[in-house]
Amino acid sequence: MSWFVKTIWSTSVGRKLVMALTGLFLCTFLAVHLAGNLQLLKQDEGYAFNKYAVFMTSNPLIKTTSYLLYASIIGHAVWGIVLTIKNKKARPQGYAYQNESVSSVWASRNMGILGTILLVFIVAHMGDFWREYHEYGTSTPMETKTYIDEKGETVVYKDLYHEVVETYENIWMVLFYVASMVAVGFHLCHGFKSGFQTLGVNHPKYLPVINSVAFIFWGIIPAGFALIPLYIYFNHI
Amino acid sequence: MKLDSKIPDGPLAEKWSRHKFNLKLVNPANKRKYDVIVVGTGLAGAAAAASLGELGYNVKAFCFQDSPRRAHSIAAQGGINAAKNYRNDGDSVYRLFYDTVKGGDYRAREANVYRLAEVSVNIIDQCVAQGVPFAREYGGLLDNRSFGGAQVSRTFYARGQTGQQLLLGAYSALSRMVDEGKVKMYARTEMLDLVVIDGHARGIVTRDLVTGAIETHSAHAVLLCTGGYGNVFYLSTNAQGSNVTAAWRAHKKGAFFGNPCFTQIHPTCIPVTGDHQSKLTLMSESLRNDGRVWVPKAAGDKRHPSEIPENERDYFLERKYPSFGNLVPRDVASRNAKEMCDEGRGVGQSGLAVYLDFADSIKRLGENAVRAKYGNLFDMYHQITGENPYKEPMRIYPAVHYTMGGLWVDYNLMTTIPGLYALGEANFSDHGANRLGASALMQGLADGYFVIPYTIGDYLATICPKPVDTTHPEFAAAKKRVEDRIQTLLSIKGTKTVTEYHRELGKIMWEYCGMARNEEGLKKALEMIRSLKADFWKNVNVLGTNEELNQQLERAGRVADFIELGELMVIDALNRDESCGGHFREEFQTEEGEAKRNDTDFCYVAAWEYTGENQPEVLHKEELKFENVKLTQRSYK
Amino acid sequence: MNLTLKVWRQKDASSAGKMVTYPAQNISPDMSFLEMIDVVNEGLVKKGEEPIAFDHDCREGICGMCSMFINGRPHGPKQGITTCQLHMRSFKDGDTISIEPWRAKAFPVVKDLVVDRSAFDRIIQAGGYVSVNTGVTIDANAIPIAKDIADEAFDAATCIGCGACVAACKNASAMLFLSAKVSQLALLPQGQVERDKRVERMIDQMEDEGFGSCTNTGACSAECPKEIGQHHIARLNREFITAKISSSNK
Repeated sequence: MSWFVKTIWSTSVGRKLVMALTGLFLCTFLAVHLAGNLQLLKQDEGYAFNKYAVFMTSNPLIKTTSYLLYASIIGHAVWGIVLTIKNKKARPQGYAYQNESVSSVWASRNMGILGTILLVFIVAHMGDFWREYHEYGTSTPMETKTYIDEKGETVVYKDLYHEVVETYENIWMVLFYVASMVAVGFHLCHGFKSGFQTLGVNHPKYLPVINSVAFIFWGIIPAGFALIPLYIYFNHI
Repeated sequence: MKLDSKIPDGPLAEKWSRHKFNLKLVNPANKRKYDVIVVGTGLAGAAAAASLGELGYNVKAFCFQDSPRRAHSIAAQGGINAAKNYRNDGDSVYRLFYDTVKGGDYRAREANVYRLAEVSVNIIDQCVAQGVPFAREYGGLLDNRSFGGAQVSRTFYARGQTGQQLLLGAYSALSRMVDEGKVKMYARTEMLDLVVIDGHARGIVTRDLVTGAIETHSAHAVLLCTGGYGNVFYLSTNAQGSNVTAAWRAHKKGAFFGNPCFTQIHPTCIPVTGDHQSKLTLMSESLRNDGRVWVPKAAGDKRHPSEIPENERDYFLERKYPSFGNLVPRDVASRNAKEMCDEGRGVGQSGLAVYLDFADSIKRLGENAVRAKYGNLFDMYHQITGENPYKEPMRIYPAVHYTMGGLWVDYNLMTTIPGLYALGEANFSDHGANRLGASALMQGLADGYFVIPYTIGDYLATICPKPVDTTHPEFAAAKKRVEDRIQTLLSIKGTKTVTEYHRELGKIMWEYCGMARNEEGLKKALEMIRSLKADFWKNVNVLGTNEELNQQLERAGRVADFIELGELMVIDALNRDESCGGHFREEFQTEEGEAKRNDTDFCYVAAWEYTGENQPEVLHKEELKFENVKLTQRSYK
Repeated sequence: MNLTLKVWRQKDASSAGKMVTYPAQNISPDMSFLEMIDVVNEGLVKKGEEPIAFDHDCREGICGMCSMFINGRPHGPKQGITTCQLHMRSFKDGDTISIEPWRAKAFPVVKDLVVDRSAFDRIIQAGGYVSVNTGVTIDANAIPIAKDIADEAFDAATCIGCGACVAACKNASAMLFLSAKVSQLALLPQGQVERDKRVERMIDQMEDEGFGSCTNTGACSAECPKEIGQHHIARLNREFITAKISSSNK
């Protein structure tokens, strides 16, 4: 084994590094994803959003990055499972009574559970939209919609916007998405700062900056995501 | 047997250098053929084991705790003296030597003390190189403070945890040697006897405290670095496990015991609250720099301190010692506190305490300044007593803290058994009748790092480096004796617990052989201890078996040895018809109530020889010659 | 005070253990927690029952030997102290107190409340030192060290090796213990030469001992009797990353 593989596989700090790097990368994706999703709020019958969807699936740089993204999700999940199992083994016999809440916050102790919820969410979410859009194993192709673009030319886009709106007209789907975003919030509440800690970035001078940015990631971004289904649902009933 | 202290010839300042040159050396290729046993892993033991390992000897180190890092050296707070003169305030090796001899009330060996002062400078260099984080000034250089009434600032410190940092330094050096395979570490293993073959120490018998296995270990030399015996008093500032067993077993095998009655009582400890008390906690005596010690003028005054007006308070140290005031040496401060309590003027529920009042300092400096200086000590006091020392005066009382006595050793630190050495608090050598503050750490490390690595070679070079014959019948015999003793303890099945005996012994020792002693009391104590001993072996109750972790059994063996040691301490105190340092005989005091030495008759080390069960110990005297300092009466008026 | 204790009793490493209930009567609020156990033990011995085995030595919070998991927390309900510094006035008359040993694969129970923490020693043996032989040193003041650096190194060096961090951590991770030593020596000029090798070897040893990995819950620092901070773990991570990237060790 090379030193690199050994480091990330057989040392606990190395394994954590994989979690930190993939996790923080996924955070940046969240920010980009939300920026795109905000197009859904435009009152343009989905033109901007559907155009964005085309860009995201055709731009070569974005495409390459997306493979990195899939790898990160899988890596983060697999390493997370491995870590959790290993960590469980470190205490074969538990305490009869343990009062953990005084010394650590709930989210930090339950990243595995939160992560599992998120994994289920991601699979469901990709099944809802990503699979439909790429038409993997779907019986009917996605509907298209024709727009007149800024230059006055006619363009035809797959109507992902319609798909989204349709999904969010179902209250159960809305609740599922909102609940998942709560899980994202908790996961990142610990995860974002924890990633920096694992990378060794923890300094009294810069900690307030990290804390503020962390709030964007665990508070504002999940709230933004959760807002969209709620907005669509209440606008369409 | 004639005691030979092996003090080298020549002028004081050249003795150690000359001696180092004259000591025989062990060929580097031969060092690995010598086995050395080190018992105890405190400052002296860890330093010795590491240094000897570095030299190439095969070292086996033993400690009864679960890790060598737990030794009680770790609890030393104040600091470590060294004659670095970094402060340019007139310190020198000679001044440290002089202060130590004087502080010890002229009952220490000049040559040993000078060597101690000489190597003190190397200790600081060594510890800094190990990464010990001493306190520093803003310029990045080491900070010093004045300690224990010294006229110069020569004490190096690491907040209130100097002992911890120094011990962890020595522990790290030891750990490195364990990693290199030069030291084999046996934790949770207690030495229960010494193996002596043809008059030479050749090994030890140990008990594995987890499995109960009794084992023998052989070596060409045995080093006892087992600390002091303050726990003979039951209540002391020592750790619960601190004991005299290793040293006492060696004593019974022929090592003389030096000045057993010299014990140090520290004045600023947190008072006892009840019979349940298991140990006493010391607070740094630096508190006396700003605190004022007082008791009510009237005996039996049980009012709350805030209700006692200024004119009804007796600031007794300031009254009796106008020039030193609250900063008189430890023994004087302790004795005066006891006197006040004996007069019925003690405070608190038990009446066994005096006030240490910071009200004036808080008024003068402000609470924040006091907090900055003593915050951690105030917190500790608050933690233990539940009282807030910023609002009401602390209550303090003296407690046994250190034992100057110990196994008699010569200049090479060898006991009267060839091949058996005693280092650190376990020996008697450097502090005379009273130890100065911040000198215990210095001595432990000096012995371990800078003395024994040189002097052990002188002995080893005289014996053949072939392996010790472990089939010698004495190994089996020593093991058998240990097993028999354990079986006896387990089979008595009496009605009293080990703790009850220990507490009883402690009460006798504290009452009659504590801060102040007199002939009548000591004779009474002797009788009481003898009958306690007889009762112990008839009526002690030790449960369980040997083949398990059995903490009652561990303690039983230790208490049995403490009882025997207690008897010797009383005998020694009776023999010494004078007052000096920590040994205060009420019959021998000046008109002002100060300790009165008798240099004509008692300027010697009392080295006691064990002659057999229930046989009187035989006194050997090592005359102390003072060629460099003039003997004077201490005065702090 | 009268209390009820629920104490873990286990005969030896290979036996199974269980919680056993004992009354603790006539307890003074001035007693330390260990003195309370002493009293219970004296009572047990008087009745001919085997006393509860527990580790303890200095009883002033510095040796690191005492190790009890009291009411679900290492060293009990108060912060910044060890079990021996905990006093009974922190409890109420009639309380039920649960007492367990540290639980971790790397800290096997020896008996009752006594655990084997020699894994910590082996971690230090793997590199928690400066390799300097006795006597071959330069003058102590030859290398000035900025006061704030020396102070921070000291903060890390106050670790007493009690294992509360491992006991509190949901993963039984020893990262805080490790970081205290690595941080101390990484900050000081004396520790620079062996910097890379030290952190790599110590981390490897920690792995071999079976400790879990750090998930940054912060429970270790919160329960550390010496209140050693999380930033030391961050420094350990930094040291590790730098060592892996820059050292020539394969």
